[in-house]
Amino acid sequence: MSAGSLALNGLTRVFGSTRAVDNVTLEVQAGELLALIGASGSGKTTTLRMVAGHDMPDAGTVTLDGVDITNLPPQRRNFGMVFQHYALFPHMTVEENVAFGLEARRMGKAVRLERAQSVLAGVGLDGAGKRAVQSLSGGEQQRVALARALVIEPRALLLDEPLSNLDPTLRRTMRAELRDTLRRLHMTALFVTHDQEDAFAIADRVALMRKGRVLQVGTPEDLYDRPVSRDVAEFIGRARLLPAVDCGTHAILKIGNVERRIGIAADRSASVKPFTEALAVLRPESLCFTSPAGEGAFPGTIVGRRFTGSTVTYDVLLESEAIVEVASLDREMHEGDRVGVGIAREPIALVEA
Amino acid sequence: MSDAAPARAPTRRAALATWLIAAPVIAILLLTVVWPNVPVIAGSFEGGLGHWRAFFTNPSDRDALKNTIVVAVASVIAATAIGLPLAFLLTRAEFRGRQTLAAVATLPAALPPLVGVLAFYFLYGESGVLTRGLQHVFGLTSAPWTFTGVPAIIFVHASTMYVYVFLLVSAGLERYDSSLDEAAAGLGAGAIRRLWRVTLPLLTPAIAGAMLLVFMSALGSFSAPFIFGGGVRVLSTQILASRTNNQFGVAFVETTVLAVSAVAALALFRWVERRRGYVLSGKGQRSQRRAPRSVIVRALAPFLVAILVTVLVLPHAMLALVSFAREGAWTTQVLPPSYGFDNFRRLATDPHLWTPIRNSVTMALVATLANVIFCVAAAYLVVMRQFRGRRVLEVMLSLPWAIPATAIAIGLASTFNRNDPLALRVVLVGTYWILPLAYFIRGVPLVTTAVEGSLRQMDPSTEEAARGLGSPWWLILRRVVLPAAKPGIVAGAVLAAITAIGEFVASTVLYTHSNRPISVEIYAQFRTGTFGTAAAYSLLLILLVLVITLLARWGENRVDPGSSTLAG
Repeated sequence: MSAGSLALNGLTRVFGSTRAVDNVTLEVQAGELLALIGASGSGKTTTLRMVAGHDMPDAGTVTLDGVDITNLPPQRRNFGMVFQHYALFPHMTVEENVAFGLEARRMGKAVRLERAQSVLAGVGLDGAGKRAVQSLSGGEQQRVALARALVIEPRALLLDEPLSNLDPTLRRTMRAELRDTLRRLHMTALFVTHDQEDAFAIADRVALMRKGRVLQVGTPEDLYDRPVSRDVAEFIGRARLLPAVDCGTHAILKIGNVERRIGIAADRSASVKPFTEALAVLRPESLCFTSPAGEGAFPGTIVGRRFTGSTVTYDVLLESEAIVEVASLDREMHEGDRVGVGIAREPIALVEA
Repeated sequence: MSDAAPARAPTRRAALATWLIAAPVIAILLLTVVWPNVPVIAGSFEGGLGHWRAFFTNPSDRDALKNTIVVAVASVIAATAIGLPLAFLLTRAEFRGRQTLAAVATLPAALPPLVGVLAFYFLYGESGVLTRGLQHVFGLTSAPWTFTGVPAIIFVHASTMYVYVFLLVSAGLERYDSSLDEAAAGLGAGAIRRLWRVTLPLLTPAIAGAMLLVFMSALGSFSAPFIFGGGVRVLSTQILASRTNNQFGVAFVETTVLAVSAVAALALFRWVERRRGYVLSGKGQRSQRRAPRSVIVRALAPFLVAILVTVLVLPHAMLALVSFAREGAWTTQVLPPSYGFDNFRRLATDPHLWTPIRNSVTMALVATLANVIFCVAAAYLVVMRQFRGRRVLEVMLSLPWAIPATAIAIGLASTFNRNDPLALRVVLVGTYWILPLAYFIRGVPLVTTAVEGSLRQMDPSTEEAARGLGSPWWLILRRVVLPAAKPGIVAGAVLAAITAIGEFVASTVLYTHSNRPISVEIYAQFRTGTFGTAAAYSLLLILLVLVITLLARWGENRVDPGSSTLAG
């Protein structure tokens, strides 16, 4: 079966007095990987569960290739799902787990075991079919869960925090593997994560949720470089937000006595009014050190230093008590050093305060 | 590194301390739990294999054995058939009246066995209210059923012991990771396949544990066959009959057969349990209750709930009704014709009637106190100490649970009945103390299991940390071990006290004039046909059980200064 295109239209779920999911509208194209990110309690898992059919929306619809499937029970949706804790059946072997979906489709035992083995081989687990799932490592369990979801040739794959139970090293490997597998199969996938790195590494597009609402949908670069709101800017990546004056085509950043013109990222058509109160999104890598007395440099003092491997991140206290983070390849600076902070990369994103 | 050595490796000093506690615990168990089986087994072989031959050739004994097995197996099937669906219904479905049903679902277990059986007698017995009511309504010349023999016993068992299945399966479902069902659903499995291939296999430990519990209870059940048996014999009642007929050798054989079957069932279960390779992880999500999709089901739910609740409450209501019935007035009418407070007034004023109440309360109190002291020590040894013989200790602690009460009573009766050096020259039979001892023995597994549960939740390094800080042992006991064990102590003590206060089986074998307990008096009143007094006693007993439970809950909720300073 080929990948379907999935649409969520005004999906809403209310628990008591809280709107856990509030009018969420999203579209996942056939073969597209869309990540749903947000802090815990933002409604992303509830959204996924409604798509899967494990929870019923109070309003809104889910459609697959334009067909309304909102009221279809999960067993008739033909979606594959990978759960956060994998939800492997502990009383079955690896291949029985993988073949379960085919068993439910009343396929003969020989055929389903053969299919299970070939899918297991596809995720790098050939020969593990007879093992007990409890004897597998976390990474292996994750692959079994993926194989079990893929063997039924689903119209779409739903993944709930699929990487959150893996240790950091394994997690990076599995990210790449997951993306390659989904790409190769041209799979429509909706996956939920609280980890932006996972989302950025795997997804074609990312939807950021907060308090049940979708704040922004776009490519990872869209969300990072062109956040539409303060909430998005604060959630995605590291950034310090400092007041700036929005002049429509550019902005003026004033810290202490130093004033400087900066190029801004937002595409402004003439119809959009400049923000009355704006904040400049200053990311560590868009700032750099210059001499304290240099032209357009903001003078300050280093008050913190963190070694992160490729770069060192310094906390710099500027005039008027503002603190910014500066990522630098220079490892030789220390707390107490007087420095000047300049802009390394423009444009800078501007959001409404 | 030397300082990374395993923290629990016992030092010489610690080993000595362990044995200082273990020695008296093991000695008491050997004397009261293990040793009393010896005279029973030895007695069964007195004069060779004659008694055994008699047992296997005597038709009434063969009948008793067959009936015991039939009753036990049928009780398991029937109790599971009621308890399992009820557990699913109340943990998974949301419907009107669910909370009411949940509140009364465990009601049958709140009745002491003898009282429960009497309640059923007043309701379903040949002259019971329901029986006569139907006879009256349909104008039948005789009762629609006789309610005796094996079917009646199974009916009583099923409608009281389903609570075990209900409680254990509910607990299993509470821990059950519902994402397993969701995974199965997402893979295309419908409701029946999910249940059959995923949910039930994973609940097997809980279901099997519950079935074992029902099997053991039914195997040793005494009150139901004693009162509803009619001419039908089962082992537990047959033992008493043989003793009454002075056939002590055969009684010992019967006791041995009953005890060995029970212990074998337990051993078989433990063996199967250990072979199971997987455990359910605590991760994942708990299932949420869902309203049924069908409108008809939703509309019918309140009616079904009303019927179920009525069925569950009726036996209790019957006891209350009969307890107010004027003695001697209720003959052939459907309901007792006249009511009053006479029965209760007599209980309070007649010293002959009042003494059993005082006896039961005192003896239950003594036994429970002894249980708490002994079982805290035992549980502490099992959970927090490493020593050779710990497995043996665990087996000894669970023996009184496995051995039916009749067998325990026969063992005590034939061990502490003479000035025997092997029983440390303790003569208890015919004295007051034989019953508190019997209650104590029956309470041992209940309290130990509960305290073990609490201690297991405590991090063993807490005690080590306290010791590392140089605290003396009594301070560690008072400030670390006891606060951690407290929930288990309270729960276990409640169970032990409730069991002791209504105990009938061992009591009826062992009581003397000085310690006649409530249950024996209830039975005596019942046999002489003074149903009102029997019911009044029963109601009082239920009230006592309720008071114990409420006292425990109150004690549990009270802020404990010891534990709060520990938490802070």
